[in-house]
Amino acid sequence: MDKLVFKIKKNPELYAGAVITAVMLLVILLGRLFVPYDPDAMNAADKFARPSLAHLMGCDNFGRDLYARLAAGGATTLFIALATVLIGVVFGIIVGAFTGYYGGALDEILMRFNDAVLAFPSILLALVVISIMGSGTFKVIISLGIVFIPSFARIVRSEFLRCKNLDYVRSARLMGAHDLRIMFVHILPNTFPVLLSSTVIGFNNAVLAEASMSFLGIGVQPPSSSLGRMLSDAQAFLFMSPGYAILTGVTIALIILGFSLLGDGLKKNA
Amino acid sequence: MKTVLKKSITFIFTVLLVTFFVFIAFELIPGDAATARLGTNATPEALAKLREELGLTRPFFVRYFSWLASFFFGDMGTSYSYGVSVRSMLAQKLPITLTLTLMSFILTVAVSIPIGLLTSKYEDRAVSTVLDVTGQLTMSVPPFFLGILVTYIFGMILHMFTPGGFVSYNVNFVRFIGYLVFPAISIALPKAAMSTKLLKTSILSERNLDYVRSAYSRGNSTMDVLYKHVLKNAIIPVITFLGMTLADIVAGSLVIEQVFSIPGYGRLLISSIANRDYPVVQAIIAIIAMIVIIINLLVDILYRVLDPRLRDM
Repeated sequence: MDKLVFKIKKNPELYAGAVITAVMLLVILLGRLFVPYDPDAMNAADKFARPSLAHLMGCDNFGRDLYARLAAGGATTLFIALATVLIGVVFGIIVGAFTGYYGGALDEILMRFNDAVLAFPSILLALVVISIMGSGTFKVIISLGIVFIPSFARIVRSEFLRCKNLDYVRSARLMGAHDLRIMFVHILPNTFPVLLSSTVIGFNNAVLAEASMSFLGIGVQPPSSSLGRMLSDAQAFLFMSPGYAILTGVTIALIILGFSLLGDGLKKNA
Repeated sequence: MKTVLKKSITFIFTVLLVTFFVFIAFELIPGDAATARLGTNATPEALAKLREELGLTRPFFVRYFSWLASFFFGDMGTSYSYGVSVRSMLAQKLPITLTLTLMSFILTVAVSIPIGLLTSKYEDRAVSTVLDVTGQLTMSVPPFFLGILVTYIFGMILHMFTPGGFVSYNVNFVRFIGYLVFPAISIALPKAAMSTKLLKTSILSERNLDYVRSAYSRGNSTMDVLYKHVLKNAIIPVITFLGMTLADIVAGSLVIEQVFSIPGYGRLLISSIANRDYPVVQAIIAIIAMIVIIINLLVDILYRVLDPRLRDM
């Protein structure tokens, strides 16, 4: 017990972040599994219903159960964040590994390009991609995914630069290991501690970016619900039903808080 | 001198790269300016004639450089939806977005530096913990939700402003500023929380260095050491962060304008994306990109002025 208290005191962010993230995931999961309402089913009689046993969080302007909708919207938002980060990490690893390991002219060009992209606010870049491709769930994933690649590429590259001349890599090379094997079997696992915390922080950014885009109406399109979209709907009824906007906003804020604390904690540990 | 040259070359390279991408991105969209103007029912002859007039038949790089040149001389084309010049549409809105950005930035700096100093000075006291936790919470609230909370609390409960009652700067300047205070708060608070945290971390790590001990041993007071020695070094990473934040604030104001119904660049950009009014989208993106690049350059210069160690690097 004392040991646990000591650990928590040493890195409170990690534990607070893990608990908040776990609770949010559980709330969303329970909502998906056990709330007996279709998130899209309208019911005029329940318009703006206050929280009750039948509707734990009340209903929205179409009489749809708010908990069911928050759970569905949260699931969409998290799915988009997961897919986005996955694209960023996978392509980031490929670009970072090759540029870091081989260096040379290609590295110079790609990194200058990377710097130029990184200097821009991610939402602006995503807006450019969206305005070319059009909106919708998969387009949001692709546009945010592209935007996320440079930051991961840079992290992986610097780790590869650090590792490529270490003794274990030299000995693998002496044993005749192929470059690809050295890169992905020997070096890559050593980048995981650093990569893990940036992946979690990436989640945080992805949730925020998706929510902003859907809030602006250029992200997820109805009838799919996402938290950002719901918040933008809720704003119209702010005076009549402040609970709608506040619950939706707090859900987004707690998901972001959980991931950002977890990311900070992991960084401290790495 | 070498640095200045190197920086200028990087600057020009970035400007070319970014404008090139903005240009090429909108070239990739199916349908060109001629089809956009004449509609899908236009005859091929009419299209070919208009393309010739608009110069769309010229080689790609010629078109890029002529677009770039006219962009810098203020000719940004004509809006598809409104038929007026993009320049005149943007010129009216520039003061709005610019004022909002500046107000948010000033607020960010004005809030974060005193609080950052305070919380690092009383590092082990309850005050600092309370401020840290508040900061962490503030950081996690997305600006658009903060905007909605501000609208609800200050607008609907306390009646300090009328939500949606934006007054333009050429109608009543005082009320214009009065309205923008609330969106500026919504943009600034999360940024201020981040910058406070960074300043604290930076001060705490500087405080353990040898030069600080030497300063104390020479008989300086705590205040003297903090302001004259530590802050000078600790502020440098914060300046970089604030520079990056300024770029973020420009982007953040695009979203906040939507929350507070402010007719600036953000709302125009979003509606132009929805209407596929590409000349407008292209111009706004290019202008914001330019602002971001120039801010980055200024931060880089400021950085060197503040930290002599970097000057010859």
